[in-house]
Amino acid sequence: MTNILFEGGEHAIPAVDPGAADGVFAVLWLVIALPLLGALVLLLGGPIARGALDKVGHYVGTAFSAGSFLISLLLFFMLLGRDEGERQIGQQLYTWFQTGGFDVGMDLLYDPLSALFLLLITGVGTLIHVYSIGYMEHDPRRCRFFGYLNLFVAAMLMLVLSANYLGLFLGWEGVGLASYLLIGFWQHKPSAAAAAKKAFVINRVGDIGLSLAIALMFVTFGTSDFAAISEMAGNASGDALTAIGLLLLLGACGKSAQVPLQSWLLDAMEGPTPVSALIHAATMVTAGVYLIVRSNFIFELAPVAQTVVVIVAVVTLLWGAILGCAKDDIKKVLAGSTMSQIGYMMLGAGLGVAGYAFAIFHLLTHGFFKANMFLGAGSVMHGMDDDVNMRRYGALTKSMPVTYLTFAMGYLAIIGFPGFSGFWSKDKIIETALAENWLVGVLAMLGAGITGFYMTRLMLMTFLSRSRWEKGVHPHESPKVMTIPLIVLAALSVLGGVMLAGDWIVGFLAPVVGEAEPHEPPLPALVITLLVTLVVAIGVAAAWFFVGKRDIPREAPHDVSFATRAARADLYGDAINEGLVVGPGRHVVSGLTTMDRVGVDGAVEGGSSAVGGMAYTFRAVQNGFVRSYALSLLVGVLLVLLTLMVVNFS
Amino acid sequence: MTQYVVLSAILFTIGCVGVLTRRNAIVVFMCVELMLNASNLALVAFAKQHGNLDGQIAAFFVMVVAAAEVVVGLAIIMTIFRTRRSASVDDASLLKY
Repeated sequence: MTNILFEGGEHAIPAVDPGAADGVFAVLWLVIALPLLGALVLLLGGPIARGALDKVGHYVGTAFSAGSFLISLLLFFMLLGRDEGERQIGQQLYTWFQTGGFDVGMDLLYDPLSALFLLLITGVGTLIHVYSIGYMEHDPRRCRFFGYLNLFVAAMLMLVLSANYLGLFLGWEGVGLASYLLIGFWQHKPSAAAAAKKAFVINRVGDIGLSLAIALMFVTFGTSDFAAISEMAGNASGDALTAIGLLLLLGACGKSAQVPLQSWLLDAMEGPTPVSALIHAATMVTAGVYLIVRSNFIFELAPVAQTVVVIVAVVTLLWGAILGCAKDDIKKVLAGSTMSQIGYMMLGAGLGVAGYAFAIFHLLTHGFFKANMFLGAGSVMHGMDDDVNMRRYGALTKSMPVTYLTFAMGYLAIIGFPGFSGFWSKDKIIETALAENWLVGVLAMLGAGITGFYMTRLMLMTFLSRSRWEKGVHPHESPKVMTIPLIVLAALSVLGGVMLAGDWIVGFLAPVVGEAEPHEPPLPALVITLLVTLVVAIGVAAAWFFVGKRDIPREAPHDVSFATRAARADLYGDAINEGLVVGPGRHVVSGLTTMDRVGVDGAVEGGSSAVGGMAYTFRAVQNGFVRSYALSLLVGVLLVLLTLMVVNFS
Repeated sequence: MTQYVVLSAILFTIGCVGVLTRRNAIVVFMCVELMLNASNLALVAFAKQHGNLDGQIAAFFVMVVAAAEVVVGLAIIMTIFRTRRSASVDDASLLKY
């Protein structure tokens, strides 16, 4: 099998049987159980102890999440203390179901990949819980909000800890549910309710892909266990592996808002801002990347699927970046940028063994700086009476200095300012892409330039430039409970690059994703880094030239180029869906109903009304006159006699 | 022999036409009796011709049935006449569509 786009490198994925969860690792299940318990208490305890939960419910939710984080931290250090070969720990909780040869256990797997995810989910999750205490302070349904957040954390942990695809699917659907509940949390707004529904429906499309992939795995391998499949994958037919890979990619596209299933993410910004930060930036939307990296043993043997991953990734990273350039809603700009950054992660995951570790690295740093910026945006909205339009912002450096400074750290990280975390992670992905295929690399570099443009535009419109506030708005700094998470996340955004020191993350993840032989890039690494930085600098300068030096109108101008109009309309993503899927679907359905009404109903109802009509005509014979009955009897007898005669004599 | 059958046919036809044309229930009833007796005549005639008793036995059965019918039928006609003051068969036409 040869890779059709890239030169396929030889690789060896170590298939290590996970060791038993003994000692400290026996508490692994608690990581999931704690937030789940929190969700149960907060969601089901409401009717019993409404008053008490309204007072302390948010602390309860935060405490469960923090407890989960502490255990994750402990487990992480225990894992670091082990030898490299023994860093895969399995815990078999119970048999989930068993029928005939079909046997699925509720098994957990703790390895370097899930360890990093555990830290990200519980760490960032806990910070966002703390932030929400301040952000949701005046919401009457705050207790329920924290219940949903805990439910989300539990489901996400299930997703990354499961040792088989079926358990992963359980978590996958769980985060989908939590996402739906939280996007539509302010359900009194019709737009929020519609956005929640849209996210749910589009995610169903992706979920069909994932569930079909799992079904295909059961057919092909008879199991959905990661370790078992990675051992057997070599013996399976290439077609089956390609099909599984493409179906997994469809699932990943739905969850991670990749083209063509991208249109729900921008609408999902209707949810409360901490939700956007946790679910639609840092964790849930990266589940697709996790899925592909986790399924490396399948994608390595399915080069066609891998190529499709790269194509999807490149299209998305440009698509999201272009959206980010035209939006005026601060959260939608960040959502577009999230799409684009996940595109980078997908690109890394599609590049194979060389890119997996960098995809996860970018995922982690992105989790830090994007959560930071979303929470920062929430803080700005908090001070601006929940206005999201950047054309009503400006000159906020004085009134909210902490938000400004922490946001600036996130900004420098995402554009890849040298030394900041995003610089290291994005640079590595572009470098790997260039080494594999120059076109992909150049497009990724272009994406980095656009990122520089739209993030600078956001910074200029929000914090710098002159003030364009609405009347009666008094911007103020958010309370400490909100700024402290910002400061922690800002520190992580700056320092996240440490993970790359001495290629630590590459070595750490090697037991899961394998280790590539170093590929010689076409240019020296330093030159590539300089080039990327130059492209970003051009993007930043362009933003300064087009946005910073001019006066920003309070109303979005209408006489704009076609490109701007297209980007404002989400590059017609909804129109494409409408035209390609919804419209034809509606036609098929209306055709079917017409066929049902005319064909099936017509036959049935026509038959019955024909019988009825005949009966109506013939009932006139029943006129009640005995003599006419007698006459018909006579006629009948005569007819019978006549017939008998004819038959007998002929 | 032929005469018996011809007489039987004539009697039957008279009874038949009577049933179809007359309105008075008593007359209709009498015509029905006429038809029964016409068929009795035919049965007996054929029995004599074939020289066995089958037809004659059948004729007895018809007579028994006719007697029973008269009992029931006249009772019904009496009742109808008492309630409606009329013995016309066309008046008793409520049982229809």
